[in-house]
Amino acid sequence: MHSERPISIAIAALGGQGGGVLAEWLVAVAELHGWMAQSTSVPGVAQRTGTTVYYVEMSPKPAPGRRSPVFALMPVPGDVDLVVAAELMEAGRTVVRGLVTPERTTVVASNHRVYGITEKSAMGDGIADANAVLSALNARARRLICFDMEAAADRHKSVISSVLFGAIAAAAVLPFSRGTYEQAISDYGVAVKANLAGFQAGFDQAMQSSPVAGWAPPSSGPTTELGRALDERIKREFPAHLHGILQEGVKRMLDYQDDAYADLYLERMTQIRSCDESVARLSRDFSLTNAVARYLALWMSYEDTIRVADLKTRSRRFERFRAEVRAGADQVVYVTEFMHPRFEEVCETLPAGLGSWFSNSAFARRLSAPLFRRGRHIHTAKLGGFVMLSLLAGMRRWRRSTLRYRVEQARIADWLERIRNLAAAPGGYRAAIEIAECQRLVKGYSDTHARGLKNYQTVVEAAERMRGRSDLADAIRQLRNAALADEAGLKLASVLSEVAPDG
Amino acid sequence: MAERSFAHEVGKLRMGLGQEFRGEGILAVTKALLQSGVGYVGGYQGAPISHLMDVLSDAQGLLQELGVHFEASASEAAAAAMLAASVNYPIRGAVTWKSTVGTNVASDALANVASGGVTGGALVIVGEDYGEGSSIMQERSHAFAMKSQMWLLDPRPNLESIVAMVEHGFALSEASNTPVMLELRVRACHVYGSFVAKDNRPPKFTLQDALDSPTRDVNRIVLPPANFLHEQEKIQKRWPAAIEYVRRNKLNEFLGGSAGEVGIIVQGGLYNTLIRALELLGLADSTGATDLPLYVLNVTYPLIDEEIIEFCLGKRAVLMVEEGQPEYIEQALNTILRNADVPTRVIGKEVLPRAGEYTGQVLQTGIRAFMRKYAAEQFAAATPLIPSQAGELPKEVQTLAALLPVRPAGFCTGCPERPIFTAMKLVQRELGPLHISCDIGCHLFSILPPFNLGNTTMGYGLGAAGASAFNAPRNKRALAVMGDGGFWHNGLTSGVGNAVFNQSDQVLVVVDNGYSAATGGQDILSSRALNRSKSTKHPIADAVKGVGVKWLRGIDRTYDVGRMRDVLREAMTTPEKGPKVILAASECMLNRQRREKPAFNKAVGEGKRVVRERFGVDADTCTGDHSCIRLSGCPSLTIRPNPDPLRQDPIAHVDNSCVGCGVCGEVAHAAVLCPSFYRAQVVFNPSKWDRFVSGVRKRVIRFLQRRADRRRMRYAF
Repeated sequence: MHSERPISIAIAALGGQGGGVLAEWLVAVAELHGWMAQSTSVPGVAQRTGTTVYYVEMSPKPAPGRRSPVFALMPVPGDVDLVVAAELMEAGRTVVRGLVTPERTTVVASNHRVYGITEKSAMGDGIADANAVLSALNARARRLICFDMEAAADRHKSVISSVLFGAIAAAAVLPFSRGTYEQAISDYGVAVKANLAGFQAGFDQAMQSSPVAGWAPPSSGPTTELGRALDERIKREFPAHLHGILQEGVKRMLDYQDDAYADLYLERMTQIRSCDESVARLSRDFSLTNAVARYLALWMSYEDTIRVADLKTRSRRFERFRAEVRAGADQVVYVTEFMHPRFEEVCETLPAGLGSWFSNSAFARRLSAPLFRRGRHIHTAKLGGFVMLSLLAGMRRWRRSTLRYRVEQARIADWLERIRNLAAAPGGYRAAIEIAECQRLVKGYSDTHARGLKNYQTVVEAAERMRGRSDLADAIRQLRNAALADEAGLKLASVLSEVAPDG
Repeated sequence: MAERSFAHEVGKLRMGLGQEFRGEGILAVTKALLQSGVGYVGGYQGAPISHLMDVLSDAQGLLQELGVHFEASASEAAAAAMLAASVNYPIRGAVTWKSTVGTNVASDALANVASGGVTGGALVIVGEDYGEGSSIMQERSHAFAMKSQMWLLDPRPNLESIVAMVEHGFALSEASNTPVMLELRVRACHVYGSFVAKDNRPPKFTLQDALDSPTRDVNRIVLPPANFLHEQEKIQKRWPAAIEYVRRNKLNEFLGGSAGEVGIIVQGGLYNTLIRALELLGLADSTGATDLPLYVLNVTYPLIDEEIIEFCLGKRAVLMVEEGQPEYIEQALNTILRNADVPTRVIGKEVLPRAGEYTGQVLQTGIRAFMRKYAAEQFAAATPLIPSQAGELPKEVQTLAALLPVRPAGFCTGCPERPIFTAMKLVQRELGPLHISCDIGCHLFSILPPFNLGNTTMGYGLGAAGASAFNAPRNKRALAVMGDGGFWHNGLTSGVGNAVFNQSDQVLVVVDNGYSAATGGQDILSSRALNRSKSTKHPIADAVKGVGVKWLRGIDRTYDVGRMRDVLREAMTTPEKGPKVILAASECMLNRQRREKPAFNKAVGEGKRVVRERFGVDADTCTGDHSCIRLSGCPSLTIRPNPDPLRQDPIAHVDNSCVGCGVCGEVAHAAVLCPSFYRAQVVFNPSKWDRFVSGVRKRVIRFLQRRADRRRMRYAF
C-alpha cells in the first residue's frame, strides 16, 4: 500500500479577507500544473466577521490505471503541510487546533492584528498578547514566514490574499514555479494588476523574511528657552529615570496652558517626590513619583471644551485627517464634528461664580434645555465652524477663571492629598500608588466622564474606609479593575461588597 | 437575486455530454437535476444550499428552454407542498433547504406526500448543517426520513458519487413510489471537484401536459380510509421495491479487502474522512486501498438486511461509523443481526463520541480503540504515518487558547440593523432591562457582544410568537424582533396576526432590509429591487395593516439612532393596547455596496464629481473608554495603540473599510458620548467651484492656524 500523499493546506481567515479566493487560486495553480486538487470550506456565518478555515488538498494525477487519491474534507492535526493565516490571532488558533506541527508544517502568516470584539469593547486595555502567539508559532512551526501582509497589501493597493499568495510561492512548499502562480491570478481575471503587485510584494518580503524593525520613540529634548529652563529644573530636582515621563508631563502642560501651569505641575511633583523620599528611603526607585507623574499630567490636562476646540482646529490635525481618509492631493476634504455640548459643559466654561450660579439654577436649566437637546454638527473645515472653534480655543487665556478649572483643581488637590496621606501611613506606599492609578478611571466626556468619576469616588472612598488593612493595595487594584469590567457597575458593586462590605 | 450575478455558474449548467464540469458540490447537484429531466424545482434558501437556489434564479433562460419550472418558495413548507405535482403525474420534482430547520418547517407537507406516495420521482435535497460552521441546533435529518418513510441517500462526498446519487434518487423514488431525501453535509456542498457531464434533458411529461389532462386518484389523498391503506402500502409494496432497487443497482458499496475478523460500516458522507483516518493509522493508502473490508452506505435508510448480514457474517466485530445521535443505524444493525442470529458485535458509540462532528482526529481515536480490542494483531502490524499524540499540544501552547479573542459573528460594516440595537440599548438605559424575543436572521447577532440583547429565539419568523406568552397586565412590555425574511416566511400570521387576534400588548420591531440577507441577499416580496422573474415591492406596512394592526410606526432610515430610540420608547410606553409594530427599514449594506461600489468607482474613473463619506476618530481627543464600540460593534470601528506617550488604553479608530453609514456619529450624538468622531466628505474630481471655495476656506483657515501655531511655538518645550 504505497502511494504519494496529497499536500494539505489549511487557510485560516476572517470573513471578507478573501480566504475563498486564495483557495481558488491554489486549486488553479495545481490544475495548471496538471495536478488534481480539491478545496472545501464551512463558511456559514463566518462571512459576518467570524473566522473560518478553508482546506485544500492536491496531488499529481495518478498514472493511467492507478487509483486517484481520496482527498479529505478537513485538516487533521499532525497532517498539514502548509498553514496560511491572514491574521495573527487566527494563526494562533491554528496552533491551538493542533494544525501546526514541528515535523510537517510551514506557516505563512500575517502578523497584523484585527481586533476581536472583546478586545475592542473592553473599558480599558483588552488587547491580547501578540508575543505569546508569536512564540507559540516559532515553537510549533517547522518554518515560519511572518510579516505584516496587510500593510504590504495596503502599500500596493491590493488585498491581503494576493500578498499571502506571493508568500506561499516564496515558501516553496508546493513544487510549482512562480510563473504558474501569476498565471492563476491573471486567469482569475479580477483586479489582476493590483493582485500581481500584491503577489510580488508578498513574494519579495517572504524571501527576505527580515524581522520588522522595532518602533523607537523620537528623542525629545527641549528646543526652546522655556523648555530648557523647565528641563533643567526636572534634572535638578528629580532622579534620572523619571526625566522622560516628567518631560512628557511638562510638554503636556505647556501645550495645554502655559509655562506657569508647567510650574504648577512640577511643584506638585516635587511634593510627591519628597513624600516618596521620606517613606521609601531604601528603595530609591520612586515608583510613586513615577506613577503620579503620568496621571497628574493626564488629570491636569482634563478635556474641557476649550481643549477640544483647540485640538480640533490645529494644523497638525488637518494633515492627519486627510491622511486618515486617504485623500489624494487633488481631492477636497470637509470634516464635520459630532458635538453634543450639554448645559453642564457651558456652565463649566463660564467664570466660576457665574457658572456655579447657572448650574444651580433650575430656571436657567429649563430655559436653555431646548438648546442642548440635540447634538451639533460643526463644519471645522469651513469658515463658520472653524472660526467658532478657534474663538473657543482662544478662551484658554481665561481658563483659570472657569468653573471647570476650579472643580478639577480641587479634585486634583484632594487626590494628591489622599496619595500623600496614604504613602505616609505605615505600609501604605503601595496603596498610594494604586490610588494614583485610579485616575485611569476618569476619562471620556459627558456621561462617560460622570460614570468614571463616580467609580473613582467609590474606589477612593472605599480605600479610605479600609485604611490600615494590610491588603489595602490589592483591594484597591481589585476595585479598580472591577470598575473597568462593565458599564453598569455590577462588578464594582459585587467586588465592593466583598472587599469593603461596610460601604 | 438582486445584487449578484451567477452568469458564470449558469454557463456551467449548460455543459453537454462528455464535458468536464468543475465546481462546487451543490452546483453539481443543480446540474444533475437538469440531466435527470427534472420538471420543477423549489426550495428555500439557506446555507449550505443557497447556491442551488441562487444559480437557478439566474438561469431563467436555460430553465425556459428546458421547460423546467423554478420557484423560490415562500417557505420550506411551500416548497415541500410543490411535490404534490409528482403525486398524480410522472413528473420529476426536486426541492431543497437547510436542514434540520427547513425539514422541521416542511414536515407537514413531507408527511402528506410520503403517506400518499408519488408517481414521478420526488427528491428532497437537504443541506445537513451539522458540525463546524453550523448555525443551527445539532440534530439529524435521519429521523424525518424514518418517521415519514422517505429513503435517505448519503453519498460519498465527491462530485461523481453525488451526481450519480441524484440520478438514482429519482429512479429509486419512481421505483418505490416514495419521496427520497438526499443529504449533503456542509463541506460536501462546498467541495470543489469535477465530473463528466451529460446533456440536459427536458422533462418527458410536462406540467402543461398535466394541466391539459388532469388525473386524480382518491387513494393518494390522506383521509380515511386511504390513510390506513398508505401505511400498509409503505410496508408491503414500497419498502420491498426500494430494497430491490438499491440492491440491484448496487447503491451501497463493498470496498476494501474481504478477509479478516473485523470490518467497518460507514455512512457514505463520512467515507473520505474515514479513509484519511485509516491512512494516518497505517491501515490504508491515500487512494483508499485497504485490507479492511468496508461497507459504504450511500443509502442510509432503508438498510438492506441481506447486505448487512452478508458483510458481517464471519466477522468478530464491525465498527459502525455513524455521525450524530441517536444512533439509529447502529440500533438497526443490532436488530438485524440479532434476528438473523449473526453473533458479530456492532461497535459504534462505544468507541466513537455520541455527540459532535466526526473529524479525522475523532475517527482515528475511535478506530484505534476498536482495532486494539478486536483486531490487535492486524493493528500492531500497521505503521502509523503520524504519532498518535500528534494533535496533543505542549503545555506552553495550551494556555494560548484562553488568550485568543473569540470572534462571534456580528453585523457587517455599515449594517442598518446595528443602530436598531444601539437604540434598544439606549432605551434600556431609560426603562431598565427588557425581555426581548429574537428571531432568525442577521438580527440575531444582537444576542452576542457588544449588544448582548435578546432572551430566546424560537425559529424563523417566530420572534413575535415567542413573546406571546408575556401578555401580562404590567407597565413593562415584551419586545420582539423579526426580519423581513421571517415576516414573509410565516411571521405575518404566526406573529402579527396572532398578536392582533389575542390582543397582545407586545412591541414588535420588523427589520426590513430589503432582502433575505442572512441567506445571501435573495429578493423577497417586499424587496425594493426590480426583479424580472419575481413580483416584488409589496410593502410590509400594507400587510401589517391588513391583518388589523392599529399602532404602526415606520422608520425609513434606521441610522437615525435618536429617532429609532424615540419611537422605541414611545412604543414601550404608549397607553394604547394591542400590538405595536415598528417597521425599521434601511437597505442591507452588503447588498447596497455590491451595487453602489462599482458604480462609484466607475463614476470616479469617468471623472465625475462624486463625494465619498467616511468617519474617523480624533486620536487627540479619544480617551480610550470604548463606549462607542460597546454601542456599535461595527467591524470598521476598531482600536489601535494609543499614540499618546502618557495614555495607556488603546484608542478607537475607524479603518478604511468604513462605508460612511454615520452610525458612530449618530451614536456619539444620541448617547452624548464624546467629540472625537468626525465625518469626512472626500470630494473626488472636484469641480472648479469646489476648488475655488475650498481654496478660499483653506487660505483663511491656514492664516488662523499659523497664528495659533506661532503661539504654541512660544510655549513649546
